[in-house]
Amino acid sequence: MTITTLPDRVAAQAGATRPVSLRERLQDLLPKIVLAPSFVAVIVFVYGFILWTVYLSFTNSKTFPNYNLTGTRAYERLWGWTFESDPPSSWYTSITNLGTFGVLYIGLCMALGLLLAILLDQKIRGEGILRPIYLYPMALSFIVTGVAWKWFLDPGLGLEKTLHAWGWESFHFDWIKNKDRVIYTVVIAGVWQASGFVMAMFLAGLRGIDSEIMKAAQIDGATTVQLYRRIVIPMLRPIFLSAFIVLAHMAIKSYDLVVALTSGGPGGSAWLPSNFMYEYTFKRNEMAVGSASAVIMLMTISAIIVPYLYSELREKGR
Amino acid sequence: MSTASSSAEGRSTLDRVVIYGLLGLFAAFYLIPLFVMLVTSFKPMDEIQSGNMLALPRDPTIEPWMKAWGEACVGLTCAGIKGYFWNSTKMVVPAVAISTVLGALNGYVLTKWRFRGHKVVFGLMLFACFIPFQAVLLPMATILGSLGRFGNDLQDLIGTSLGFGNPTVNLVIVHVVYGLGFTTLFFRNYYEAFPTELVKAAQVDGASFFQIFWRIMLPNSAPIFVVTVIYQFTNIWNDFLFASAYAGSGDVMPMTVALNNVVNTSTGVVEYNVNMAAAIIAALPTLFVYVVAGRYFVRGLMAGAVKG
Repeated sequence: MTITTLPDRVAAQAGATRPVSLRERLQDLLPKIVLAPSFVAVIVFVYGFILWTVYLSFTNSKTFPNYNLTGTRAYERLWGWTFESDPPSSWYTSITNLGTFGVLYIGLCMALGLLLAILLDQKIRGEGILRPIYLYPMALSFIVTGVAWKWFLDPGLGLEKTLHAWGWESFHFDWIKNKDRVIYTVVIAGVWQASGFVMAMFLAGLRGIDSEIMKAAQIDGATTVQLYRRIVIPMLRPIFLSAFIVLAHMAIKSYDLVVALTSGGPGGSAWLPSNFMYEYTFKRNEMAVGSASAVIMLMTISAIIVPYLYSELREKGR
Repeated sequence: MSTASSSAEGRSTLDRVVIYGLLGLFAAFYLIPLFVMLVTSFKPMDEIQSGNMLALPRDPTIEPWMKAWGEACVGLTCAGIKGYFWNSTKMVVPAVAISTVLGALNGYVLTKWRFRGHKVVFGLMLFACFIPFQAVLLPMATILGSLGRFGNDLQDLIGTSLGFGNPTVNLVIVHVVYGLGFTTLFFRNYYEAFPTELVKAAQVDGASFFQIFWRIMLPNSAPIFVVTVIYQFTNIWNDFLFASAYAGSGDVMPMTVALNNVVNTSTGVVEYNVNMAAAIIAALPTLFVYVVAGRYFVRGLMAGAVKG
């Protein structure tokens, strides 16, 4: 606030002696001129395009955009498909997959991340080597992760074959080719990729806890388990929230991993809503339905992100 | 007394064993896929089919790597992935540079030259980071389509398209636009903590907007530049959605799309060793950055996650 008054004052002083020159006025406007292109780009390419997509979802666009509004037909079809479970519609599969994937992915990443962070926080030798090992998958693209795990989980090549070779002949693991199980392989690869990152978040949180509090609790006779359950984990609440937001947002946006790991799974059984959107919009010539599914994805993410951002920005402003 | 302390010691040794055991187990969980990729990429095909995937190559060969780089088939073209690697490079460098510089300027304005409504502007840019890109995918395709037609007209008219409709240029535009939110966020949060007094003092001394940015802000921005560049580089290099939507076929594909096609191209025997070599090549740039600047990589991830 105080900053803005300064150029104003300088300008006012200048104005007292002589009229403000064009050059000076330009100087005052300069910050806004610099910001403007980015701001306009975001308004047009993000918010304008979102409105455009919303508009398209109320048309009957097929292969090409059609700008005659025809009402909520696309949403009605999605709504109908939502309950069509026998045989399951692609949309039903996509949203139930998102439910399964979202819950397991978020839950496992948090559990594993917290466990690793707590273990690493026990004054471990070699932490500097272990931490980067847990975190490196985050630097890989989902495509690379998908290719690696596709090979690893392939019954004829990877884990199953290896265990057979080691003598465990009855071991059977073909989830990646099983339409009811394939979504769990996406969970495995996703957790492999993101859990190290959650570990890093929790570790930063643990390092931020005042060691005096821990010592005091230990003197009072708290066991390690009690210490973590009653004191440390409750103090990590903000990190849980951040991790949840990040993971939920990543889960809803997940697209590449399904493509690379499963190519959509047998009969599209591994689809998430993002895959549904892409397929319907660009391959099945159902542009309106694709747009409607994109709008639903956007609303889901907004329901999670907007309250969070709002509270963060408000706290910051105070 | 002595028994009590020795049993406590025994327990703590046991604790240590359990802790290190678990940590080692998880380290294996994270490393094994990379290890399997690496050893597979150095094995000849018959060794893959007959041998154990965890075994070191008995007869190591770099042929799969040569093949992935120069001969592997992407769809119908069999010229390796080198061209696509180059495509990604051409796209990443300008996209990262432009989005980072714009982010720095935006962050500077939003912290040191505040105006009424600066919070709304920032809030709108921040939310843009989190939208599912599916919500903008189709309109962007339409716009890029008309840019392409405009480029064709120009080509006919003046002999050059001036880059309009060029898929690499398109992807640069897309990545700059949808990366702006994050780069602005990074610089805004960094400059927020930068002493405003210095800026004020320079203003009193008559320094202009750009002089202050150039002489005062930039020399103090090295860490956040590194963080932002790494974050953007990793994201853009690894992007698949935009790449497949706007440059999904032909010889203009970026690396991620090409890799996915190499793996899914099924002409004859699937050459897993070549696939793995190609995957590692695709991952090398970001892995390299991670190895040399891991600290900054993590900071970028955290800044993108725990905003404020």
